[in-house]
Amino acid sequence: MNILEVDQLNIKDTHTGKVIVDNVSFELRQGRCLAIVGESGSGKSLTCRAIMRLNPSSLHQTGRILFRETDLNALSAREMRNMRGRPIGMIMQNGMSAFDPSCVVGVHFRETLGEHYGWSRSVIDAMMQEAMQSVMLNQPAQLMNRYPHELSGGMLQRMMIALTLVLKPDIIIADEPTTALDTLSQQEVMAQFIHLRRTLGSSMIFISHDLGAVRHIADDVLIMKSGQIIERGETGQLFTAPRHDYTRQLLSARLTLSDHFRQLINEE
Amino acid sequence: MLHIQNVEKSYRKSGLLAKRSEKVLHGVSFSCHDGECLGIIGESGSGKSTLGRLILGIEKPDHGAILLNGQPIAQRQVRRGQISAVFQDYTSSINPFFTVEQAIREPLDGDGRSRADHGRRVDELLEQVGLSPAYRTRYPHELSGGEAQRVCIARAVANRPRYIVLDEAISSLDVRVQVQVLHLLQELQSVYGMGYIFITHDIQAAAYMCDRMIIFRKGQIVETIDTDRLREVQSDYARTLLGATIII
Ligand SMILES: Nc1ncnc2c1ncn2[C@@H]1O[C@H](COP(=O)(O)OP(=O)(O)OP(=O)(O)O)[C@@H](O)[C@H]1O
Ligand SMILES: Nc1ncnc2c1ncn2[C@@H]1O[C@H](COP(=O)(O)OP(=O)(O)OP(=O)(O)O)[C@@H](O)[C@H]1O
Ligand SMILES: [Mg+2]
Ligand SMILES: [Mg+2]
Repeated sequence: MNILEVDQLNIKDTHTGKVIVDNVSFELRQGRCLAIVGESGSGKSLTCRAIMRLNPSSLHQTGRILFRETDLNALSAREMRNMRGRPIGMIMQNGMSAFDPSCVVGVHFRETLGEHYGWSRSVIDAMMQEAMQSVMLNQPAQLMNRYPHELSGGMLQRMMIALTLVLKPDIIIADEPTTALDTLSQQEVMAQFIHLRRTLGSSMIFISHDLGAVRHIADDVLIMKSGQIIERGETGQLFTAPRHDYTRQLLSARLTLSDHFRQLINEE
Repeated sequence: MLHIQNVEKSYRKSGLLAKRSEKVLHGVSFSCHDGECLGIIGESGSGKSTLGRLILGIEKPDHGAILLNGQPIAQRQVRRGQISAVFQDYTSSINPFFTVEQAIREPLDGDGRSRADHGRRVDELLEQVGLSPAYRTRYPHELSGGEAQRVCIARAVANRPRYIVLDEAISSLDVRVQVQVLHLLQELQSVYGMGYIFITHDIQAAAYMCDRMIIFRKGQIVETIDTDRLREVQSDYARTLLGATIII
């Protein structure tokens, strides 16, 4: 069963008339993880923000975005607001911008979770602290009293991930969620995502340049270039038998780095 | 030569117990030669970006010293034109009211060359990071993550400083562009002798770029190793990190 169907999504810059995302269609199946990989600037973030209807009004979007039976693109602004967070949770590419710089991060958690679940402060704090620990954020009670600029890049990313884990959305859209995480925290985060899918059947869209992470977590992969999907397939097949030239170039670029690394660490 | 000598840094904790402070860097010492690429790899939240800000002179250490060719980096005239950076939080490090062209031109100001020269240089820099000249008139909020990061890289290399602090500077680039940028940095290193402090969580990219790597954890250096002897790392933490790396 498809939980999300994006049908002929088109995004146009009304200032320049330029089409940025060009008739993109794809579906996300219940309980699966779909990775979007591709060229920098190919429209991955705009596509995901279009699903959430978070793009600026200068970018005009058309097409159908079916979440279960609802066309998100046809909802009123108010109806759409209720979709964000709990039914569909998004982890933004730029961690800093997700938080209000003038409040400690705990305020943001209490507002968001209070709005969606109506929980009390003590329930929220307890749930958040447990989620933070699960992504290797130690001393969570103290961290909730920090301002965003007092946290490192990777700590901010994990804060957003922890919030998403507590929100337990039906669909998680994660835009480069692990760019600042060391290998070990990254593994912990991936394990939590996998756990959430297993226990709640959540589905996920995972945008990443990290081919190792994609291979580890995704069931299916879309490759984007210049506003279009140029290749799609199951993860294993796409990595072993890429069809499109660009996909091959991506894999061989990664091999440039990993072959060198392998030589360094393997005994001769 | 860049010397970091016994540097310590604490931050005051906000909140009720405002008096207490937390030590982020505990007596860190190392040096980076001209033309060297020195990697800093380590745990998230361990103080890597803080160290980067101290090296740039944006923040001051509580104790210890940072010297560029023997002179304290805290003095503006010592660091002017000598050191630049690509910040981890790249989106907010570009002035939102500047176009891409203005952002890249800024470090070129006052070098005595003409506006037309600067214009050509901006085009050249954009091309080197894989962006077309059409990006000149864009504003930061109209850029994708990886495009903004590349504008920051172009700006950082524009006036060919002696050292560049690269804080997760290729994290938002697709691997093809990553390799392109790494090759650009290597070329600048060999032609102009630029030195890099290369902060990253991507051990494979670090192994490709760096001459030496510092393994960093909880505000301290755990181990320093020449890249070509990477397999001989001793510390448990470094071995765990290497072991957990997914190689594809
Ligand atoms: N507000 C905007 N106005 C005009 N163009 C925009 C705007 N936001 C983004 N763009 C352009 O749209 C294209 C797609 O951007 P998007 O952020 O979706 O890329 P991306 O695939 O996420 O790239 P990256 O991997 O670098 O994050 C880019 O070329 C970008 O310059
Ligand atoms: N302005 C500040 N005020 C208070 N604490 C701060 C401030 N800046 C950083 N810290 C704290 O200092 C520690 C180190 O942060 P830093 O950003 O240097 O880590 P990092 O190694 O770069 O991590 P990451 O890999 O996640 O980017 C963190 O615990 C962070 O919360
Ligand atoms: Mg993006
Ligand atoms: Mg950092």
